[in-house]
Amino acid sequence: MSQLLELAERILESAHGGEEIEVYVASGVDTEVQSYQGEVEELTTATSNGFGIRILNDGAGGARVGTAWAGSLDDEAIENALREARDNATFATEDEFVAFARPDGVAAVSLTLTDDAVASTSLDEKIAMAIELERLVRSGDPRIRQVDSANYSDYVAEAAIASTTGIRASYARTGAYVSVEAIANDGGEDQTGWGLSAGRAPGDLDIERAAADAIRRATRMLGAVKPKSFKCTAVFDPRTAATLFSIIGGALSGEAVVRGRSFFANRVGEMVAVPSFTLLDDPTDSRHFSASVYDAEGLACRRNVLIEKGELKAFVYDTVSARRAGTASTGSAVRGGIAGSPSAGCRALQLAPGDIDQAEIFRRVGNGVFVESLIGVHSGVNPVSGDFSVGVTGLMIRDGQLAEPVREITVASTLQRMLLDVAYVGSDLEWLPGSAAGQTVAIDNIAVSGV
Amino acid sequence: MNSTLIEQDVLARALGEAMARGGEFAEVFVEDRTTSSAMLDQRRVEQLSSGHDRGAGIRVVVGDTTGFAHTADLTESGLVAAARAAAAVARDGGGGVREIALGPLHDNPSRATILPGDVDKARKIELMNHADDAARSEGSSITQVQVALGDSTRHFVVANSDGLFAGDHQVRTRFNVSCIATGDTGMQTGYRPIAGTRGFELLSAEAVADAARGAARQAITKLDARPAPSGDLPVVLAGGSGGILFHEACGHGLEADAILKQASVYAGKVGQLVASPLVTLVDDGTVEGEWGYLAIDDEGRPGARNVLIENGILTDYMWDYLRSRKEGRVSSGNGRRQSYQHLPMVRMTNTYLLEGDSDADEIVAQTPYGVYVAQLGGGQVNTATGDFVFGMTAAFMIEDGKITAPLRDCNLIGNGPDVLQRVDAVASDFSMTPGTCGKNGQSVPVGTGQATMRLTRVTIGGAAA
Repeated sequence: MSQLLELAERILESAHGGEEIEVYVASGVDTEVQSYQGEVEELTTATSNGFGIRILNDGAGGARVGTAWAGSLDDEAIENALREARDNATFATEDEFVAFARPDGVAAVSLTLTDDAVASTSLDEKIAMAIELERLVRSGDPRIRQVDSANYSDYVAEAAIASTTGIRASYARTGAYVSVEAIANDGGEDQTGWGLSAGRAPGDLDIERAAADAIRRATRMLGAVKPKSFKCTAVFDPRTAATLFSIIGGALSGEAVVRGRSFFANRVGEMVAVPSFTLLDDPTDSRHFSASVYDAEGLACRRNVLIEKGELKAFVYDTVSARRAGTASTGSAVRGGIAGSPSAGCRALQLAPGDIDQAEIFRRVGNGVFVESLIGVHSGVNPVSGDFSVGVTGLMIRDGQLAEPVREITVASTLQRMLLDVAYVGSDLEWLPGSAAGQTVAIDNIAVSGV
Repeated sequence: MNSTLIEQDVLARALGEAMARGGEFAEVFVEDRTTSSAMLDQRRVEQLSSGHDRGAGIRVVVGDTTGFAHTADLTESGLVAAARAAAAVARDGGGGVREIALGPLHDNPSRATILPGDVDKARKIELMNHADDAARSEGSSITQVQVALGDSTRHFVVANSDGLFAGDHQVRTRFNVSCIATGDTGMQTGYRPIAGTRGFELLSAEAVADAARGAARQAITKLDARPAPSGDLPVVLAGGSGGILFHEACGHGLEADAILKQASVYAGKVGQLVASPLVTLVDDGTVEGEWGYLAIDDEGRPGARNVLIENGILTDYMWDYLRSRKEGRVSSGNGRRQSYQHLPMVRMTNTYLLEGDSDADEIVAQTPYGVYVAQLGGGQVNTATGDFVFGMTAAFMIEDGKITAPLRDCNLIGNGPDVLQRVDAVASDFSMTPGTCGKNGQSVPVGTGQATMRLTRVTIGGAAA
């Protein structure tokens, strides 16, 4: 049994009569290297650990939960947290739907989400990767004027969840990333491009590709113009499409639905998207960087089909949102680390791939705009009303080909409408860090705001 | 909380260890933070949470290289282990453990009058319920009210190899009200924050009810909203949250880390006219009680009032220790970090535009056609190109000099150096708004402020044809 699970079980022994306890314990080892001008600019090595405790009391009108957390694992911190959580619970409103997860009989899949190479690779080798990444970008094109940051990072993370309601789960995950931002210059004008590669271990990383991506994205934006405002078909590249899917995934959270904050509420069975649109959340697919064996309440993760051939099929639920909706958890609890409480969310979204590649999508679209990067997603998307307006850089599509670069424009519609306006889904599925994979997607009736 | 977070001699020995391999500068930052949060959602009290985090971050600088390690183990052996890990970047150096002499602690007490720990949790819930009642009193179309209250007590000491030894006690309190109104056209949202580097005295019953009613009215008004226009129009920004414009349009680009890497459109422009003469922009950590207030920054430098742009002319950038050391100058008190687990970098504090002498109503009256933005919700910038966006969460058309139809949420987009030239009127109704600024994965509390002002044109990213 993992040491973290042992610790979690030991904390459960503190339960008073009539109360339930849930403990989440996490630890991590992180390494980060930033290269600048061929030297290490920053090197961070860190070990961190901590826990979150929830205590539940049953009353006549339902249960009350209190929460406490600490960024260490010492006995004093645990004692204090137990006391605080207990006290916090007395102020909560009794709620018949509040409960901790209980084992539901769904077996956890077996996934390999760790690679010993993260720990066994020497620091010197990791440093060399960051420096090489920077060198490749700087030497890859004479128009690259600067590399703002070239980074290597990795982690080994472990967590355990145990509760007096019978939950016992522990898991580990490793990851390694490189990312780089290039600044290209031509005639006094600067443009930026960002490249990345991710995997479970340093050996998975494709540094050449990350460098080439950053160079290509930065250099082909040179000479970008701000066009006049117009309506057109927007083609989102795999990265920006993944961002779009994550936003849609937020509205498919059972939590948002039962709280009446999703435009998908009460629409199960309706056609909410075009028939070519099938969206699933599947953390059991180990190709996802965010794949997971257990959810944040310790239930087995599972494959959930959310939108099938355009029809809204289901939402993702954690225990409490499922009880409010009169259904069962879909094993979709997520939490923001030790300080967060569980809520329902998507972890590993994937849109069923189409059968045409990006070049064919450009050909079929004919004229439109190709979206390569987004800014202002947090300030320009309202997940309750569905209003969507984000800043964009990219290229015009003319006569089925990429044409001149464009900048300082926004693309706008509503999320509801965009799902019904999906014209083409690409076959070029790309696994990306974050909660969604992405592929090229073309969406009609997008308002582009420019001059 | 024990006021001696850590013994002085332990700190000195950890610094000596950090310098043992030939470091040129070392720093130990020890932090203890207690937080509490509560959420009232649809009249149910949910998620009362208490948190405690303490630990130390140690950095060692050698040439242009920084080594950093952090630990939650505040014993001497824990600190020494972290110091050795941070010092590992100093590869060639030697010389053994250095003797570091620290002066007496220069401590800064909190100015909060009601400390979070002294407030009855029942009183907090009473205030949240009061806000809920106030929001719902605005109309039956208010279908949802969410109230969040959070506070944090952050005590840190920072010591470095130059002998600096300083501490600060920062108490922050935040109260947010979010409302949803439901009508024939769907749901709309309203939001109002109250936040300050203050204790519970920040939150009067009146203040929270005011915020709640404001959030409710905002949501109700938007039920009649039409899609925002698409394209360039004159824009009037109401006082307060409009300051986010400057935070994004030039604030981030005036941070010395971006400047020294030539990754900002403002690099090399000190002394040049970069904005309309109506623009005098200040970053000011000394505005007591504001969300971005700090007695000292996270490197031990006193917070300062720094004029960045004066009458349109760029006067200076913002600096932290590392960047100012490279330039042989002193830090401007802008070295900030999210926690002991993070390296400090150049960050804004309270960034505001000095007020002008126009009248806010006159500015609107003299705008025949445009957009009036009552509240901004956030933004983002690419400092290298200067392109930035900021989102409007409450906005209206201006037609014939009058504020008319409400508009749905959207982003505005512009280029920093261009937009700064287009400020053609600044009023005198100055106010400030709290916000959370994210940079390289670190979040810190900041304030932004300005008076009602007009931009001759900005691109409105709406969905209207």
